[in-house]
Amino acid sequence: MAGITKSFPGVRALDGVSFDVRAGEVHALVGENGAGKSTLMKILAGAYRADGGTIEIDGNPVTIDGPKDAERLGIGMIYQEFNLVPDLGVIENVVLGIEPVRGLFLDAKAAAARATAALTELGINLPLDRVARRLSVAEQQLTEIAKALVRHARLIVMDEPTAALTDRETDALFALIRKLKAENVAFVYISHRLEELPRIADRITVIRDGRGIETRAAADMPPDDLIRLMVGRALEAHFPDLPPVAPDAPVRLAVRDLRAASNVNGVSFVVHAGEIVGLAGLVGAGRTEIVRAIAGADIASGGSVAIDGRDVTIRSPHAGIDAGIAFITEDRKAQGLVLGMTVRENTTLAHLATYSRGPFVDRAAEVAITNREIAELRIRTPSSEQIVRNLSGGNQQKVVLAKWLTGDARVFLFDEPTRGVDVGAKAEIYALMLQLLARGAAIVMVSSELPEVLGMSHRVLVVRGGRIAAEFARADATPDRVIAAAAGVVAA
Amino acid sequence: MSAEPQDVKAALDASSDQGRAKRSRNGIVRAVVATVAFLALVVVVDFFSHGDFLTAGNLTNVLRQITYNAILAVGQTFVIITAGIDLSVGSLIELTGVVMAQFANASGLDGPLLVIATTVVGVLVGCGAGLVNALPVVRLNLPPFITTLAMMLMARGLAFKLSHGQPVPLNSTAFDALGTDYAFHDLLAPLGLPGIPWAVMVMLAVVIVFAVVLNRTRFGRYVLALGGNEEAARLAGINVRVVKTFVYVISGGCAGIAGMLLMARFASGSPQTGIGSELQSIAAVVVGGTSLMGGRGSVVATFFGALLIGVLNNVMNLVNVESYTQDIVLGAVILLAVMAEEIRKRVFAH
Repeated sequence: MAGITKSFPGVRALDGVSFDVRAGEVHALVGENGAGKSTLMKILAGAYRADGGTIEIDGNPVTIDGPKDAERLGIGMIYQEFNLVPDLGVIENVVLGIEPVRGLFLDAKAAAARATAALTELGINLPLDRVARRLSVAEQQLTEIAKALVRHARLIVMDEPTAALTDRETDALFALIRKLKAENVAFVYISHRLEELPRIADRITVIRDGRGIETRAAADMPPDDLIRLMVGRALEAHFPDLPPVAPDAPVRLAVRDLRAASNVNGVSFVVHAGEIVGLAGLVGAGRTEIVRAIAGADIASGGSVAIDGRDVTIRSPHAGIDAGIAFITEDRKAQGLVLGMTVRENTTLAHLATYSRGPFVDRAAEVAITNREIAELRIRTPSSEQIVRNLSGGNQQKVVLAKWLTGDARVFLFDEPTRGVDVGAKAEIYALMLQLLARGAAIVMVSSELPEVLGMSHRVLVVRGGRIAAEFARADATPDRVIAAAAGVVAA
Repeated sequence: MSAEPQDVKAALDASSDQGRAKRSRNGIVRAVVATVAFLALVVVVDFFSHGDFLTAGNLTNVLRQITYNAILAVGQTFVIITAGIDLSVGSLIELTGVVMAQFANASGLDGPLLVIATTVVGVLVGCGAGLVNALPVVRLNLPPFITTLAMMLMARGLAFKLSHGQPVPLNSTAFDALGTDYAFHDLLAPLGLPGIPWAVMVMLAVVIVFAVVLNRTRFGRYVLALGGNEEAARLAGINVRVVKTFVYVISGGCAGIAGMLLMARFASGSPQTGIGSELQSIAAVVVGGTSLMGGRGSVVATFFGALLIGVLNNVMNLVNVESYTQDIVLGAVILLAVMAEEIRKRVFAH
């Protein structure tokens, strides 16, 4: 791949990335969330089309117009969330879409033979007639690999393959990858777990902000260099100066031994008025689940939450709002906004009673508050009546913020507040957080962007396995320490 | 990320300004086209029906005929905005009709009091059925298609059982006014018009009240919000279970009102008058432009959807189209209306 570019409205996700993989090589692709790894891989898999650049396979220029093209070209894609049909068995999944037939009918024998051959070649044992939903994560992954091999994949892209594997399963996976390498299968290996890269990768490419920053042999890439390259410019990025927390600031939010079925396993921490606490950790560590349980989006199964020293029972988002919590969700399209509604309707949604007379919505009051928020947050929209679907990501995010600023919340839970937002809007969102601090709000911020966590938190809590694994004061929170704690390795 | 923020801003501003101008221009063009097309259609129809269409009597008839469907479709609109569906409303017309007729005959009341009490009973039965429809949907996440299908069968079976399969004639004449009389008779008589049927007045009241509920109240906003994005609505503190439940209760209640009018019209509560009504009401909602995917819709547009279907039926009767052909035409019109709306959305999407 050479000079690949890809833009989404308002964002240039890839800016001239070049990348090559040799036969029989494992080429690791690392970068922060949002650096462009997934976009690059989706272009390779035919899920997106590149805006510019060329792709060559074995020296021949190719165009990849869809997943079928990618498959024909021998590219196999194994996403983090697997693509198995949950109610079909291993065999049916492996041959899905390429089922052998005899006349009009499926040829079950040939299908079994083909799947078994692939699995034998891999040297693995799977319960062949078990449906996919009852397989373990590792077994599902092996099924995916078999699926790629049956399709004669010569390049297999794996996205975070070890994220949900145990150590032993990881060892088995690595052994399998080495075996396939010996047969000249090439791998693109995407991972956040930097400590495993020296074990499996031949070369490592770091991408950042949609650009390929550096490619080196894995042996020449010590962890320190890797982290520096990943974080790079971002550490120099401009975060506003955080005002110190007043020494006598009261505890605004106290979470004690919080538990929830969704991977929250006894979490305790406090946030003071005027303080930002950052939650760092790997994808799947349980950060989002913690804030969801506090906000009532998921129901906590144990522990307690107190606001301003008073225990509150929060069993629904409504109760969370009543208790003074504003929860700014990570996925604004799925959870934060009603995309088909106007800026006005979204802005007032969480506090509509305030803008009503009896059962009737007071449209004049709605327009007034919305226009105030548009001006204050500098939301770029033609009017309060614009459908939010038509706004850019940054402006959509500001509408989400507007929704929560119209209330009287004292605790703000920000989950990935600047994901997919351009640089200008980012700065504005940070400035807004400072304003909230000045009002005495307590802020919990979940972010996968390390510079953001480090730059915008008074304290950093590192979450692993649904627990707080480490806590760093602002001065002690260095990238390598936080990454090490998140990955569960001892820092150098 | 690395694009110049200024460029992004400029591009955004430009595109949204253009978008706004384009949208308002589209609005005007659409209104003009729709009006011209409608007038042309009326003239053509009137010509082919030898002047029978544009008579006060016939137009009144059209309105009277769409009454039941329009009222059902109003309730159905709320359900469909939440991306649900209510298949039980046809049967509920029958069940409420039979129950109301039996109640009216047994109550010993008469006059306006009887009409009011009977209507309350019918609406309560409809609302109760709506509640039963809703509970498995909001509690167990069952598809509304299934719960309302089950209610469709149960309500029809119950209506037959209660009435032993025979229409239940009303003993009292208190309902005749609603079934056959006209409002504003004296006012409109000098113009040569018979007035407006009371049933039509009831329909207009239902349309207006629920248009206000949908467009002007918090509840209406919540219905639209949860139809547009249920999770976002929930996280905004909206009790989506309660809102969803009320949507089915409203639909059941509307079936009760329609059942009352139908009973008044035929002076009896009949167990087999509602067959196919649920699909007619869905057709009216869809022709009115409400998306089955939920999130948007309009009570007034639904009314015009019902009106369009009613006019079409009427015209085909006037020009002596045989009834099998009528079904074919009606089906084709529904399909074309929805296709046209979809194509319009795609063409003007950006």
